[in-house]
Amino acid sequence: MTATVLQLPGGPLADERVSLGEELRTVGMVWEREAIRFFRTKARVVSSFVQPVLFLFVLGYGMSTLVGETAGFDFKKFLFPGIVAMTVMSTALSSAISIVWDREFGFLREMLVAPVSRTSIVSGKTLGGASIATVQGTIMLALAPAIGVRLTWLAVLEVIGLELLMAVTVTAFGVFVASHVQRMEGFSAVMQLLLFPMLFLSGALFPLNGLPGWLTVLTRVNPLTYAVAPLRSVVFAAQHMPPAAAAKFSSTVTLFGATLSNAACIGITCGFAVLFLALAVAGFGQPD
Amino acid sequence: MTTAKTAPRGPVARASGDGAGLAVETVSLSKRFGEMHAVKGISFSIGRGEVFAFLGPNGAGKTTTVRMLCTLTRPSGGHAAVAGFDVARQPEAVRRRIGLVFQEQTLDDRLTAEQNLRFHAVLYHVPRAEVKARIDRVLRLVALEDRRHDLVSTFSGGMARRLEIARGMLHTPVVLFLDEPTVGLDPQTRALVWEDVLRLRREEQMTIFLTTHYMDEAEYADRVAIIDHGQIVATGTPDELKHQVGADTVELVTVDDAAAAAHLDAAGFRVRRGEEQLAISAEDGEAAVPRLIEAAGVRVRSVDVHHPTLDDVFLHYTGRQIRDEHAERAQSAMARARTARR
Repeated sequence: MTATVLQLPGGPLADERVSLGEELRTVGMVWEREAIRFFRTKARVVSSFVQPVLFLFVLGYGMSTLVGETAGFDFKKFLFPGIVAMTVMSTALSSAISIVWDREFGFLREMLVAPVSRTSIVSGKTLGGASIATVQGTIMLALAPAIGVRLTWLAVLEVIGLELLMAVTVTAFGVFVASHVQRMEGFSAVMQLLLFPMLFLSGALFPLNGLPGWLTVLTRVNPLTYAVAPLRSVVFAAQHMPPAAAAKFSSTVTLFGATLSNAACIGITCGFAVLFLALAVAGFGQPD
Repeated sequence: MTTAKTAPRGPVARASGDGAGLAVETVSLSKRFGEMHAVKGISFSIGRGEVFAFLGPNGAGKTTTVRMLCTLTRPSGGHAAVAGFDVARQPEAVRRRIGLVFQEQTLDDRLTAEQNLRFHAVLYHVPRAEVKARIDRVLRLVALEDRRHDLVSTFSGGMARRLEIARGMLHTPVVLFLDEPTVGLDPQTRALVWEDVLRLRREEQMTIFLTTHYMDEAEYADRVAIIDHGQIVATGTPDELKHQVGADTVELVTVDDAAAAAHLDAAGFRVRRGEEQLAISAEDGEAAVPRLIEAAGVRVRSVDVHHPTLDDVFLHYTGRQIRDEHAERAQSAMARARTARR
């Protein structure tokens, strides 16, 4: 044995633990960094509105003439909550690109070698991206009067809560995908591949009832379906909707023949959020 | 031995040994990547407040050793303790006590210098009340106070590197690890970085572990370990190492070299005749000069004293020169740094 090294006092060597307070402080800092970076890139702030606004007016007006009006309610009004959801979705999904950026420019290392848990870093990232997406989605609500959608304070609050839940789910999913993608080009390609199917199959753009069987299955597998339905429900609850309109422009989603309540949809979305967060933490690179 | 019972995995400092003791200690530390034996059982220790340099060519195992000490790579064998904590079993405790500056840049260039530092302060649990004072202090140490609110994307490579060094010591680590801190920097910037590092040592009594393949940088260290093919081939202060490979050389140019050589030889000096000068070995070159001039017996035109360099030491121990490899490497590193900075 080597002679003069300090001896152990006996028993296993205990490692130090990071306190919950320190972990929360880390979550807050990672969140703040995401926000600083987002608002520093003005182009991104603006560009994340362009597509939804285009969809709302072009698709909304275009389809309204085809679908027609039912008891004073038209396709534009149906589409509006879907567009809010779309804004949240695309902002949330693309915010996960910061993980890929961080890897390419080395900053990921700075985070991974720090004496904090990966859970804190992933949570901060996810909450950061989700907050930005929620703000963007909420700003879209300003277009409601232009579409003739009536909003109450209660509806706005409910929408914000649902946006946040949806945003957390989507961002966590994005972080999970991003942590398995090595290159920037790869991430953009994967995101394009995921965003539109997830959007089209979520009920954001058309009602989900009476679809062919295979399409029904795809929409019910899509986690976003269960986030879009309650969002639309609370917006519709603030409208004066005659029964005929409510029947035609359905905001509900059925699963195995049963119509899901908002609470059930929210529960399912929460389940997906937890699942994606767990996957994101697990997939978030070990310091090689 | 009782140690075997209480510490079955070998000698490491005790968990509460934060205050005194060695900053770094390794015993037969090794790392294997499949068939490749990157580090072959190295043992060394670094005292508190020392500047310790790992000198060796590319692929010698320098970075792998640093990564093991920083808990980023698990050792395949042997033991290592940093600040008294076992790197394999107490990685969290180790990470809190080390500062790290990687070869590649790891700053967020869309944040300001201060925001980068604040982020780091939180991740390394610097108490809230001390954050501002620490940021002021480290920015002053690397002379970047006036760039505090500037985006890192506007920084030159040298400024970014100095900011990283400042960040590495923001949380007052026990040991600051610098992996090739000056790779890809121009000579002036390298000198600036070194001023910063030495100021840190002076003003913060920081223990610094650095890897380098620049001989002139190793000269700044208190102690140097020469590493080659995963093994330490020599350790000591730069002077000790140089003394190990041989004496100084005094070169004399005289009006009559043949006569001078004969006289010196007769006086008991070991003389080699060159084309235009005489080379004489002496333990202490400067001290020997007056005696040599006297013994030469003819008029001496010029005197030149050569001390062995770390280049000679490296050549002596490895049979190779480090220079040829590093020129090429520094160039590719510079190109890499440039692309990484967009």
